[in-house]
Amino acid sequence: MSPWSEGLRRLRRYPSAVAGMLIILALLGTAIYAVTAIPYSEAQKLWRGGEEWQDLPVNASPAWTDRLTGGNAPPTLSVGADAERRSVAPFDGGRIEERTLHFEFDYDDFPSELNLFLDAEFESRAPFVRMTWERPDGTEVALGSRRVGARERVSISQDSALEARLGQAPQVGLFSDADAAEPEVMPGTYRLVLETVHFEEEGRLDPELVAYGQVHGLFGTDHQRRDLSVALLWGTPVALAFGLIAAVGTTITTLIIAAAGVWYGGWVDAAIQRLTEVNIILPLLPILVMVGTLYSTSIWLMLGVVVVLGIFSAGIKMYRAMLLPIRQAPYIEAARAYGASSPRIVLRYMVPRILPVLIPTFVTLIPTYVFLEASLAVLGLGDPVLPTWGKVLHDAQAQSALYHGFYYWVVSPAALLMLTGLGFAMLGFALDRVFNPRLRNL
Amino acid sequence: MTESATGMRRGLGRDLRRLTVFTGKRLLALLVTVLIGVYLTIVIANMGGQVDDLRLAQIETTAAEAVRADPAFHDLPSEERNELIEEQVALEVDRLRLDEPFIWRSFDYLYQAMILDLGRAEEMHSDAGSREVYQIIVERLPATLLLFGTANLLVFFVAVFAALGLSRRYGSAMDQSVIGLAPSSAAPGWFYGIFLILLLAFIWPLFPTGGMVAVPPPEDGWAYAASVLRHMALPVLAMFISQIFISIYSWRTFFLIHSSEDYVEMARAKGLPDRLIEQRYILRPTLSPIVTSFLLMLIGLWSGAIILEQVFNWPGLGTLLFEAIGHRDTPVIIGSVVIFAYLLAITVFVLDFLYAILDPRVRIEGGRS
Repeated sequence: MSPWSEGLRRLRRYPSAVAGMLIILALLGTAIYAVTAIPYSEAQKLWRGGEEWQDLPVNASPAWTDRLTGGNAPPTLSVGADAERRSVAPFDGGRIEERTLHFEFDYDDFPSELNLFLDAEFESRAPFVRMTWERPDGTEVALGSRRVGARERVSISQDSALEARLGQAPQVGLFSDADAAEPEVMPGTYRLVLETVHFEEEGRLDPELVAYGQVHGLFGTDHQRRDLSVALLWGTPVALAFGLIAAVGTTITTLIIAAAGVWYGGWVDAAIQRLTEVNIILPLLPILVMVGTLYSTSIWLMLGVVVVLGIFSAGIKMYRAMLLPIRQAPYIEAARAYGASSPRIVLRYMVPRILPVLIPTFVTLIPTYVFLEASLAVLGLGDPVLPTWGKVLHDAQAQSALYHGFYYWVVSPAALLMLTGLGFAMLGFALDRVFNPRLRNL
Repeated sequence: MTESATGMRRGLGRDLRRLTVFTGKRLLALLVTVLIGVYLTIVIANMGGQVDDLRLAQIETTAAEAVRADPAFHDLPSEERNELIEEQVALEVDRLRLDEPFIWRSFDYLYQAMILDLGRAEEMHSDAGSREVYQIIVERLPATLLLFGTANLLVFFVAVFAALGLSRRYGSAMDQSVIGLAPSSAAPGWFYGIFLILLLAFIWPLFPTGGMVAVPPPEDGWAYAASVLRHMALPVLAMFISQIFISIYSWRTFFLIHSSEDYVEMARAKGLPDRLIEQRYILRPTLSPIVTSFLLMLIGLWSGAIILEQVFNWPGLGTLLFEAIGHRDTPVIIGSVVIFAYLLAITVFVLDFLYAILDPRVRIEGGRS
């Protein structure tokens, strides 16, 4: 049995290792799903925000947390017009048409906003529309009238005249009894009647009423109406790629350099030793901050800097101590005897020998870099275009999410970070005990 | 009796001499290291010509201010005054050799950075009003030292003593649970900080959400200290949580390896009490690795400080760096990197020095190894 499968078999005996591997597999699955479901360019475009998100509420918490705590907050309702078009009065060159939008509303809380999107089709004369709101108990509120452009957004909840008339915010007043001292949601069927005067035979008007909810989907939305699930999904491949590449890049190069130093000895070794000492003094995070501020905050540049600064890390000293006795090993002498070149000895004989010892370190290193990326993002030096967990945390921090009670905004990216950290750490610790013979019997 | 006393004195003298030689060598080596480190920083920072642009802008403002402030030039027409300013700038550029290749000037920058002449900030100023980068940074240093010193000492002592206890009872439920909790240290302190703020400052408002003292600061010295302590509690707790389990775990493993040495078994066989075995047979020979790892931990934490401070709004170096990023204040950022490099170098030096005192080999061989 090869040492690898032997190690894997032994690993199965540690429940924490199995749990860690399951977490890592789940994360990998999520990452693959994210990359296939939302392509790279699409993710960037979505995260830039704008039009795509106009139907989502601002700072809505996840629906499931609300339901779990026994709440019944409204989700976002998007209502189109009924199929029936009642033509009221046709006249020369046009017509008056009445259309109704109706929806059930029996939630415990009021919508967060109310917008009416009007899509009109006309050639020269824009249609004119009069809007009437009808509560379940039959009372009516006039919402005013207006001329409609090609694409119009009527922000009912921001209508200050209406607010003054209702004595409350429109989204509250329209959904409750007008006379009640303490506004309470009136459950039942609401109707919005649009009476449109078309001045052209072919004129058309497509209304859509959006009653923005208090809750949205699995992960809620942020201050720019963006669905957090995009960032949380896409944060997974970014975090894994960053952690993995940084960990591979630093450990492998470090190991090869340490092996080369041990093999060649002399001034090469001395130079490597001195460079390591210099590198210990260079503060990684401030340098990253400096690079991010002066050049660019692209995640790939940061990755490059992390790897370059990680090459001569303190690990070299440790590997050197491990490699020194190996240099004298008989099998190396045998390799020399058959005429193996120096690079061959370093890469094929010395490095593989201590690779197993390295694997636990490598696995436990991954979360360090995942958190490093998050740290940079929290400092405001996140990648400018890619959605990452750290950037979600940064937005939350910048918008004082905790102060405003938007706990989900902080908790979900943090939980994902924690899960990643735990998954790799648990596996790494178990690996450490499997591959490090000195610890095995402890 | 007298003979042995003189012998001891001679031994002490020899030790001291060798210690001095060793310290001197290390100091020199570290100075060279800092020199190279700072030089690299300057090269990185200058790749976009940033330092030069900064210098030029600084020279221009100084010259303009000097000319404007001088009453002798007040009556001059503005063109002549501008000419005068340009002349001054040209002189200064010539003096600082800004028209010369970067490689020569970089040594000049290096010298200035090494003597901590870090220039003037573009936007920021210290609370006392100074715009010298050095002043701005020095003002923030005590806050960082207070917070991180407290947290690190706490983690260190708790971890070492808890690990000693655990290594005596390894395999127990307590021991197993600490091993199980060790992966929790994968997350840095600031991460736990966010949760602590959420739980202990917002949901149950037991502690303040951030800052260093209450606003307005209490007049009374004791009240002031109490307020600082209250503000320190959460960040220290965050660092403690993120560090403690991994520390206990690694110390425990370390002590376990050392307590299976033959001389420890021998002491046990002699029937010496546990306390004595711990102090003389386990702690004493492992003292130098313990100190090493403590200082290495300090090195690691200098960087982590930046975000923890920002999360808790602690007015230290980290928050300063964060604000400097916000203002894109390059001199402050470069200055912070230089200061961090110095702090790390000092840490490494203290490490070497303690090592020299604790490790008899260094004392006897005079650092020849």
